[in-house]
Formats: sequence, C-alpha cells, structure tokens
Amino acid sequence: MTTLLIAEHNSSTLSSATLCGLTAAQAIGNDIHVLVVGKNVESVADEAASLAGVAKVLCANADVYEYALAEPMGDLVVHLAANYSHIIAPSNSESKDFMPRVSALLDVGQVSDICAVLSAEQFKRPIYAGNAIATVTALDATKVITVRASSFDKNIKQNDQKCPVETIDFVAESVLSSWQSDDITESTRPDLSSASRIVSGGRGVGSGENFALVEALADKLGAAVGASRAAVDAGFVSNDLQVGQTGKIVAPDLYMAFGISGAIQHLAGMKDSKVIVAVNKDEDAPIFQVADYGLVGDLFAVLPEMTSKL
Amino acid sequence: MKILVGVKRVIDYNVKVRVKADQSNVDLTNVKMAMNPFCEIAVEEAVRLKEAGVASEVIVMSVGTTQSQEQLRNALALGADRAIWVEAESDIEPLNVAKAFAAVVEKEQPGLVILGKQSIDSDNNQMGQMLAALIKCPQGTFASRLVIDGDKALVTREIDGGLRTVVLTLPAIVTTDLRLNEPRYAKLPDIMKAKRKPLDTLSLADLGVTPKAHYRLDKVEAPSTRSAGIKVASVDELISKLKDEAKVI
Repeated sequence: MTTLLIAEHNSSTLSSATLCGLTAAQAIGNDIHVLVVGKNVESVADEAASLAGVAKVLCANADVYEYALAEPMGDLVVHLAANYSHIIAPSNSESKDFMPRVSALLDVGQVSDICAVLSAEQFKRPIYAGNAIATVTALDATKVITVRASSFDKNIKQNDQKCPVETIDFVAESVLSSWQSDDITESTRPDLSSASRIVSGGRGVGSGENFALVEALADKLGAAVGASRAAVDAGFVSNDLQVGQTGKIVAPDLYMAFGISGAIQHLAGMKDSKVIVAVNKDEDAPIFQVADYGLVGDLFAVLPEMTSKL
Repeated sequence: MKILVGVKRVIDYNVKVRVKADQSNVDLTNVKMAMNPFCEIAVEEAVRLKEAGVASEVIVMSVGTTQSQEQLRNALALGADRAIWVEAESDIEPLNVAKAFAAVVEKEQPGLVILGKQSIDSDNNQMGQMLAALIKCPQGTFASRLVIDGDKALVTREIDGGLRTVVLTLPAIVTTDLRLNEPRYAKLPDIMKAKRKPLDTLSLADLGVTPKAHYRLDKVEAPSTRSAGIKVASVDELISKLKDEAKVI
C-alpha cells in the first residue's frame, strides 16, 4: 500500500500546503511517494527528497506540464495510478481542477477537502460551508483525496539523507486546451493561504482607496491582506484576496477582521484561526460571536491608531 | 450552437444549517430550497450567449428528486428553452451525475456545457471536471470571464494568486465562479411562459447509467463552535491583550 502525494510548488520551492498534505499522508499510514510535476522542477524534486517520511520522489519534467493544465495533469496521474492505493493533493486551484478528472478516468469517487484522517478509508470533511462536518468512508480500491491544508500541521522534519528521485518519462499529449496568459497579482506581502497573520477588510472599509489603511496595518505586522466577498464584489480589492467558502480557507495565528459583519460563508474560511480580532461599528455583528477580542468602534479611527501604536 | 446547463436544487444559501439529532445528515425538513447560486450564474451566462446570438438553444438539466423540476422551471423562466429532468435520489454522487450528463451530451451534442463550480451543500467541486474527463473534452473551471471565438472558448480562470486565461477547443466544459456575471431575476410573464416550455423526464436507466456508491456517509456532526471572547474598550487594551495574553504580536 503506497500513497502518492502530488506536490504544490511554484517551480522553485514546495508550498507549505504540500507539507500539510504530507502530514495527512502520514496519518493514512502507507509508504509515501511524492510526485513533482512541472517544467524545470528538478530543484523542487530535490527539496521533496529530503522531507521526513518520503520514500521516493517522482519527477515529471516537461513543457506540457508548465502550467499544470488539467488535461495533461490528469493523464499523467492516471498513468501512474495503478501503483497506488491513495492519490492525494493539497486543495488548491490546480488540484481542484485535475483531481476530479483523475477520479472519473479511474471510475472512482473523490473525497474533497478532508480536514481529518480517521483511518486509511475514513475521513472527515466539511460540508455546507463548514456548517456541518461529514464522516465518510471511501469504498473504492483507489482513494482520490484532496486535503484542506489549514487543518493539518506543516511542521515536517528534514532528513539528512535524501530519498531517491525517479524521473517519469511519460509525456501527456495536450491537444484539448492551451495556456494563453496569466495575470498574477504582484505582492510583497506574505501569501494569504500560508500567512501566520492576516488583516482583512470588508464592506465597511468603503472603497479601494481606504484599503490602504488595512494594508498599512498589515505591513506593520508583516501580515497578509485578506477581504470578505462583499469587499471583493464591491471591487475594493482583487478576488484572489477573498477569504471564505468559495475563496481561500485560512488558519493563521492571528486573524483581524475590520468592517466585516461575519456572513457564514466568510466564517467558513477563517474560523479555524487561532486568535480572531473583530473591529466593527455594529455591536450585534455576527463576527463578534467567533472573535476572541472584539472592539466596537469605527475602523477609520482604530486602524490608524493601531498602526501608529504598534 | 446548443448550450447545456446543469442546475442543482440545494438549501437556500441564507438558511442556517442544522444537523439532525441522530447525526445521520443535515436536517432539510421544511427548509427553504433554491437553485444552487453557481448554477444561477451558469444559466445566466448561457442565456446571455443566446441573447448575443452565439447560442441557438439553451437546454437546462437537473439530476435529482421530483422537486428539482422547480429549479428547472425557474431556469426556463430565466430564458432557457427546454429542460431535461433525470430522476434520482437527492444524495446522488457527483460521478453518477457526471455519467448522466455524459449520456445527455452524447445525445444532444452541445457545443458548450456550463455548470456551477460547486454546489453549496456538498461542496465537492467535482462534477464538471468529471464530465469533461468522461467525454474527453477540455475544461475551463472557475471561470470569471468567457468569450466564444469561432470554435474556441477563451476562459479566464480564478487561480491562486490571480487570473489565468486558457483557450479551449469546442466542445468544452466551463464551470462558473462568482464573478462571471450577475444573475437576473425572473419576471412574472416569463414565469408564466416557462410553464409551457418543454420539460422531458428521463430515468438513469434510460441514459444507461447504473449509479454506483463510491463512498458511504457515516455521520454528520455540527462543527466545534468557537465561543465568543471578550469585548475590549480601546485600541490600547486590544494591543496589550494581543501582546501579553494571546502573545500573537
């Protein structure tokens, strides 16, 4: 019984979500192979080879994998699938794209976004925007699973001795779709999904310009900037900053919510944060029901004061 | 070009979900149900493509219980031309739904299938991708922009860190993200007209699909709740709490 963990990386380093995925893979209890796919990803494969608990790294390096398009990714994983009882990947925009393809091509179900491993077959996963937690048993011989990174530990030890790296020569034919362009948000701040501190703004921030106040506090704290769906829909910030059921699921040490009322979809994305701070004018805002520290007040006064006093 | 759109009947997104006392599932008795919000976006996009002259016919399809016909009538009122209802249990698994859609795609030969990226009940985010694999089609998931250009679809996808545009050769599957469009409301005359639009009923057997169980639901429980903390009176108090008590700054 062996588990195949598909790594998330940016072509130079592994993401912390991959380490969380490895923790989940270890809980399943099999030997673990890590698959690194992309173009010029030898250094990532080398990094994966030093992680504790990894028995072998598979490296598929080809032009066709550069943008991790679903069709070639799916074909590659299906090509390797016969050797594995579990195929797992951290939940991210790539794995959400190709893992269900893998499931369908193998004619098995997929267990999405697990938040706990109870056994090699039984898992917990949030449903209804995290308002209920389902325990499910996967019945297929091959288990295809995506992992909610924020629910698993990212502290993986490094081994002194590296495990072997095997090159995968299989090159998927990609004729169905092609990459045209990327419009990646440039930011010097920490990545939202792995940041240890997040300062988020909601509709109450009022405008895109006012978000500078949120950013100033975030910069003072070395935090990532997040937003509620209301702030994104109103056009204050770009949609990749959205925290919530359909945005990013985060679990930082500190989550500060300014002008966010706390819709259940937003809470679903941040309620696993260790410490939650809410600042809102409305003392009845639902966010106060989950906040460790609440401050009823005007964010336009509180934000600058906090920024100057820290 | 025909467009096939999937719609799913789910709990209304404003309703607070409660777990049954015996933890067998969530309690849906007397709960307001509605079209999955991502499916509304899918219907809207298809109707706009028809209004723009790109699509010739919009077919909506739902795989679910008898009551799913309400959501199909709703989609017809929003501008779809005809509906296909495939009778199934309410908790039918995504792969079985994908197989039913694959059979209808085979029969109807649409140029484009538009589906919601996920349903807000099971939160699986699988069906569109599974369908694309089954019918060997390209997929553009989590679309925030869709442009049809001849036999190609340009899909701008929401990815971690920004946006990505991919080019798909039609026929293709597109799944919708929140920002693709703002769905319209159905007008009363259109609701009346929708009652006369054709709605075909099929069974899974008609489509040659034998539903298979890939997982078993063992238990559904309420998540661990956070208890509300304390209210602080000032910024100074907040800072000192974060420094000395929580030790997070």
